[in-house]
Amino acid sequence: MSKVFVHALYDDDDKLKDGARKVRELGYSIKEVFSPFPVHGIDKIMGLNRTRISICCFIYGVTGFSLALWMISYMLVYDWPIDIGGKPNFTIYHNLPSWIPVLFESTVFCAAHGMAITFLLRSWLFPGVSPKNPDPRTTDDHFLMVTTAYNDQDITALVGAANATGAVEITKVESHDSHH
Amino acid sequence: MHQDSIIREPLLLGKKTYHQVTEDVARPVEGKANKYWWAVFILSIIAFMWGIGCMAYTVGRGIGTWNLNRTINWGWDITNFVWWIGIGHAGTLISAVLCLFRQRWRLTINRSAEAMTIFAVMCAAIFPVLHMGRPWLAYFVFPLPNQFGSLWANFNSPLLWDVFAISTYFSVSVVFWYLGLIPDFAMIRDRAKTKGRKILYTLFSFGWSGRAKDWQRFEEVTLVLAGICTPLVFSVHSIVSSDFATGVVRGWHSTVYPPYFVAGAIFSGMAMVLTLVIVGRKVLDLEEYITIQHIETMNKVMLTMGSVVGIAYFAEFFQAWYSGDPNESFIYLSWNNAKGVYGWAFWALIICNNLLPQILWHKKMRRNLYITFILSIVINIGMWFERFDIIVTDLYRDYIPSTWTYYSPSWVEVGIYVGTIGMFFTFFLLFARWFPFIAQAELKTTLKATGDLFHNPPRRPKSADFISNGGSGHAEHTSVETAH
Repeated sequence: MSKVFVHALYDDDDKLKDGARKVRELGYSIKEVFSPFPVHGIDKIMGLNRTRISICCFIYGVTGFSLALWMISYMLVYDWPIDIGGKPNFTIYHNLPSWIPVLFESTVFCAAHGMAITFLLRSWLFPGVSPKNPDPRTTDDHFLMVTTAYNDQDITALVGAANATGAVEITKVESHDSHH
Repeated sequence: MHQDSIIREPLLLGKKTYHQVTEDVARPVEGKANKYWWAVFILSIIAFMWGIGCMAYTVGRGIGTWNLNRTINWGWDITNFVWWIGIGHAGTLISAVLCLFRQRWRLTINRSAEAMTIFAVMCAAIFPVLHMGRPWLAYFVFPLPNQFGSLWANFNSPLLWDVFAISTYFSVSVVFWYLGLIPDFAMIRDRAKTKGRKILYTLFSFGWSGRAKDWQRFEEVTLVLAGICTPLVFSVHSIVSSDFATGVVRGWHSTVYPPYFVAGAIFSGMAMVLTLVIVGRKVLDLEEYITIQHIETMNKVMLTMGSVVGIAYFAEFFQAWYSGDPNESFIYLSWNNAKGVYGWAFWALIICNNLLPQILWHKKMRRNLYITFILSIVINIGMWFERFDIIVTDLYRDYIPSTWTYYSPSWVEVGIYVGTIGMFFTFFLLFARWFPFIAQAELKTTLKATGDLFHNPPRRPKSADFISNGGSGHAEHTSVETAH
């Protein structure tokens, strides 16, 4: 038989976590969880890796800082040292203290925007994308756990786990890869 | 998971469930605007249009249409600029700084405060651009090659730091605000009944589905953004203060300016948030979300910041006198100014910012909506006078007595200011109608900790219990797991 997705709908985040734990204890993996708000701890139960987006943010910040330092020193020291009030810009060293504000702002600018763009790309979020949540109630007050069953035994176990942890609705969806 | 002290009163009243939160946040977006909304909106649009007219007049005729003169060459324009930038500090303070401090009361006001920030910074940006006199050359502030007409921008100048600080602050605030809005737009999309709303909010929500991995990234991004926005907030007004503090005008050339300006910005920003949410909670029927407790907490922040500002005034006053320098004895906080032709502006500052906010020491006053609302407007006026005093009353007595003069604004300057107020309220009213006013997804994460539905009655002592224990602050500080 083909794959069947078991959709277990919960109306409480703690029950959802109980259900997810139960499924994991039975040795199944959880395909996806849709929730109206971040359910703390669900990523660990599902076995998701920690996100590395803050590392990206750091790298973008360092890039922003370096670019700004390169830009300012090129413009003010190498290309055209302006003599302002008898204080010419001949060295980076003497100018550096007054560059700190712009260096800081550029660091923040690149770190924040780089991280936001990375997040939107990795989660594939931008105008025109159609939503993937199978049930509209999952942005309101319901929590949906999707598990995969390959045979009748899996179905019995997964539906049993959902029932035992207080799922309000359990549906079986034939596989047609509606979610990725 | 969530823990909360038993002595804390619930932040969310009305026995809210997750679904009820959805309903309450979606109601203003899905409903029709009432006649008060339309009345204020039309008034704001008229003011905005009037402002655009005055701006066009300024651009067409030059800034000779303003009453600035050789001695007082910064007037209402820069006063308004700093005032708006200051107001624009509360939003990111509430959502970033209070996020790092795990202050849950921020969750029902952060969205509107961030919107306020963005609109305030937009208003602020108008003034320096107009003050350039030839705003079509505004691109000179960007680091463009010499062939474009000017030399490379001067990175040693605080005015250029300002360009970088404000554009970074504005764009990062917009991103922070919008990322938070995405799940809330998705909520409105998924319950939309009409086709137009469905299409609009599908577009706005970027196809958000609320998958576990997305939420994991979302939380990380929010936390890291809060972390990098915190120094950003403090840097922006420090840099604005450097416009003055690095100058050689006495009264401006003061090392206390950066922290003092940041405190003042938070002070005025909180006042503007209070002005807006006191009206907003009533009009949008969100009184169970933005409770008297929220208002009181904001009043406490305002009182603290007002006190910091008061100490800074005192330090300025004292140092000007203690230096014994005759020039210093004419700065904006000095007896000579208090007695001079701008004495009215001096006393307006002292009364609005230092004397009247003292009533907030009384709990009854902090919890009184009418008092708070009037006081928040008084503080906004006071903070406007602070910038006016710093700029005008430090300039009007310069080093050559023959150039001493007086300044009052022309109708064009007043018109532009009124116009920015109109623009601010136009945008804010549109925001309140089309955007979810409360960060509902984030709020739902703490519903079980702060909502009164999930508190078990025996765990919640009546307020009289801990008043008899000698004040709410000294009752037992045991954290108890919520019952679930």
